[in-house]
Amino acid sequence: MDLDNTDRFDRLIMIKYGELTTKKDNRKLFIDKLYYDLIYKLAGLDYSITKEMARMFIEFNSEDFDIIKEKMNHVFGIHSYVLAYKVKSNKEDIEKELLKRIKKEKFKTFKVETKRSDKNFPIESTDFSRKMGGLILTNIKDISVDVHNPELVVNIEIRRDYTYIYFEEFNGIGGYPYGVQGKGLLMLSGGIDSPVAGYLAMKRGIKIDCVYFEAIPHTSLEARNKVIELVKKLNNYGHSIRLIVVPFTEIQEAIYKNCDQEYVITIMRRMMYRIMDRLVRRNKAHVIINGESIGQVASQTLTSMEVINSVTNLPVIRPVACLDKLEIIDISKKIDTYDISILPYEDCCTVFVPRHPVINPVLDKCIREEEKFDYQEMIDKTISNLLYIKVNDEDNEYKDIL
Amino acid sequence: MVYLDYSATTPVDKSVLDSFNNVSENYIGNPNSLHKLGLESHKLLEASVNQVASLLKVKPSEVIFTSGASESNNLAIFGVINEYKNRGKHIITTKLEHSSVLEPMKYLEKNGYKIDYVNIDNEGKVDLNHLKSLLSDDTILVSICEVNSEIGLIQDVNEIGKIINNYPKCIFHVDGTQAIGKKKISLDNIDLYSFSAHKFYGLKGVGCLIKKDDIKLSPIIHGGKSQTIYRSGTPTLALDVSLSKALRITFDNFNDRYNKVVELNKYLKEKLSNINGIKINSNDNCVPHIINISIHSVKPETMLHALEQDEIYISTKTACSDKEDESLSVLEFTKDNKLASSSIRISLSYLTEKEDLDKFINSFMKNVNKLKGLDSNGLR
Repeated sequence: MDLDNTDRFDRLIMIKYGELTTKKDNRKLFIDKLYYDLIYKLAGLDYSITKEMARMFIEFNSEDFDIIKEKMNHVFGIHSYVLAYKVKSNKEDIEKELLKRIKKEKFKTFKVETKRSDKNFPIESTDFSRKMGGLILTNIKDISVDVHNPELVVNIEIRRDYTYIYFEEFNGIGGYPYGVQGKGLLMLSGGIDSPVAGYLAMKRGIKIDCVYFEAIPHTSLEARNKVIELVKKLNNYGHSIRLIVVPFTEIQEAIYKNCDQEYVITIMRRMMYRIMDRLVRRNKAHVIINGESIGQVASQTLTSMEVINSVTNLPVIRPVACLDKLEIIDISKKIDTYDISILPYEDCCTVFVPRHPVINPVLDKCIREEEKFDYQEMIDKTISNLLYIKVNDEDNEYKDIL
Repeated sequence: MVYLDYSATTPVDKSVLDSFNNVSENYIGNPNSLHKLGLESHKLLEASVNQVASLLKVKPSEVIFTSGASESNNLAIFGVINEYKNRGKHIITTKLEHSSVLEPMKYLEKNGYKIDYVNIDNEGKVDLNHLKSLLSDDTILVSICEVNSEIGLIQDVNEIGKIINNYPKCIFHVDGTQAIGKKKISLDNIDLYSFSAHKFYGLKGVGCLIKKDDIKLSPIIHGGKSQTIYRSGTPTLALDVSLSKALRITFDNFNDRYNKVVELNKYLKEKLSNINGIKINSNDNCVPHIINISIHSVKPETMLHALEQDEIYISTKTACSDKEDESLSVLEFTKDNKLASSSIRISLSYLTEKEDLDKFINSFMKNVNKLKGLDSNGLR
């Protein structure tokens, strides 16, 4: 039977899960989540998807491969995937398909690797590899077998109904399916580090919402739009991410007016953490995530982190804490946030920067400075004036106009 | 009324006009202003650029809004000439081009450039061997229209682009004004691509030049960055949005609309083939939207005005060409002066119905009988 003529789709992607399958109890949950994430990402394309405990299959028209590949590279939980040809699991069909497909490949040396997950198939793996190797050698000129360093590896995976033949394997972006670990709130400033921190947290299966502290008129709407663009980029790796805009002007001005100039950044960060603590609990999240990187600025020294962190007992995840700046930049380029991050708009961390911010703040001093104004009331007021922006809706914003 | 002059211009789509009005009223900010209103306009401008880019499968940075195809063609030609004047003095084009390509070529010829017109074969296609023989290290620009406006002849611009790729210093401009909405297009292997919104149910006064990122262009309107640096002036947001929308509607409905026009084309050609004394100039290598015919016994302009009496509207030559007697395109394709001086163009749309064509045929037959022999320019 020539499947090319009978099947609606001519190509097939076989997905390998990797780390997912080692988590025995959650395995089904993880695979289901990956399955639905793929359906969500591939919406609008003509394809069919099936899931099994060890593999997932996407059948599609070959002209869509580049689009699908691009989308797969934005789905967490895929360890690797291959572009495979599918045949019925019997020797004659496999031979016919194998010869047809391998004639289009360019190579001088090769080896055959067979994986027989269906033990009812009458020929053992090594035996089958040898037979197929022989078949290839008799049908194609000027090639030889090289088991150590072949130019082409012919993979034959024999499963119960169908056998999959493939020559090339692509890496996925790994991680856990988006959101399987629960939710966290990301402090998103607009700089290079925080989007990268968000991406890395998402990669480990954390569903995120983003929190942006805004100090209009000291910061502009352009700065907010920049953050919205960053959220959109992160949303490419997940879905339904919301941006929570915190009106921070009043608190920030109060700090600037009342507190020791050396301490304004430290106290500002403590206020942000206090607000984050409240937001995490309100939004049924579990952790605060931010882009702090050890030693990068005055508020990110170990003593600063200690003093700032002491206002909350929630876990604070700092995915880029131990990365060098250049390593962070590499990731930001990979996830396409770098060019947005470097746009030159002031954010609230850069508006009021004292000439000499304290590097080793003292906790008692912070508390004394904070007693100079009623921040608790201001925080309450701020939290009752939050603005929620859903970036998913943004795409349809101009539906009527465009 | 029977309107059969859709290649001259199309009526605007109601929803496109609605968008234009909506944006004109509600987005009052200059996209380059720093305040909120400016920002809102800027975001909408970006969204409309992004939509054009994704429909044409190019990058947003490659979309330049202009006032129409004539400006796009001029920007493409003079932009290249001024940017790359040290590379060479040789340009290749065809005699099937619109006047907004041919006139700049005449101007450049007077100013020391060597212009070659590549031959057209019997099918109406660019003679690729002749093109290859004309291309040299000195060639800086090749400009060819994807679909000719008078006869509808299609050029395989991607094949031509591949040939030009062998000359890395040479830039390939394609005038796609009559192609969009009339055939599937691909901008691979093309450096510059011109088109105009009013040919696909958009508004008059807006067009586009697609400029691939890897080539440079000198602006022809200097004045700093607007939507792009290539064409200064306050961004025409409402017009740009209307183009973007018209393009999306055209692409979304391409298959249905195209198939309908193919049917209409077949129907009309069959009717026309039963009439003595005319020759159908458009062949199978033409878009179905354009049917060019030469009439043996009646002067084309007389026929145009006679049909007009019955509220039927067609054109002789293109609306843009100057008032010479002959159609350059028909002459180039048929090499026959008589055919060239007696041609009319009927252009169809998905809005056309068979009854419209029946009315046209009836009026046409009536007027042929009435007018034949009454003027001396006919072929007889």
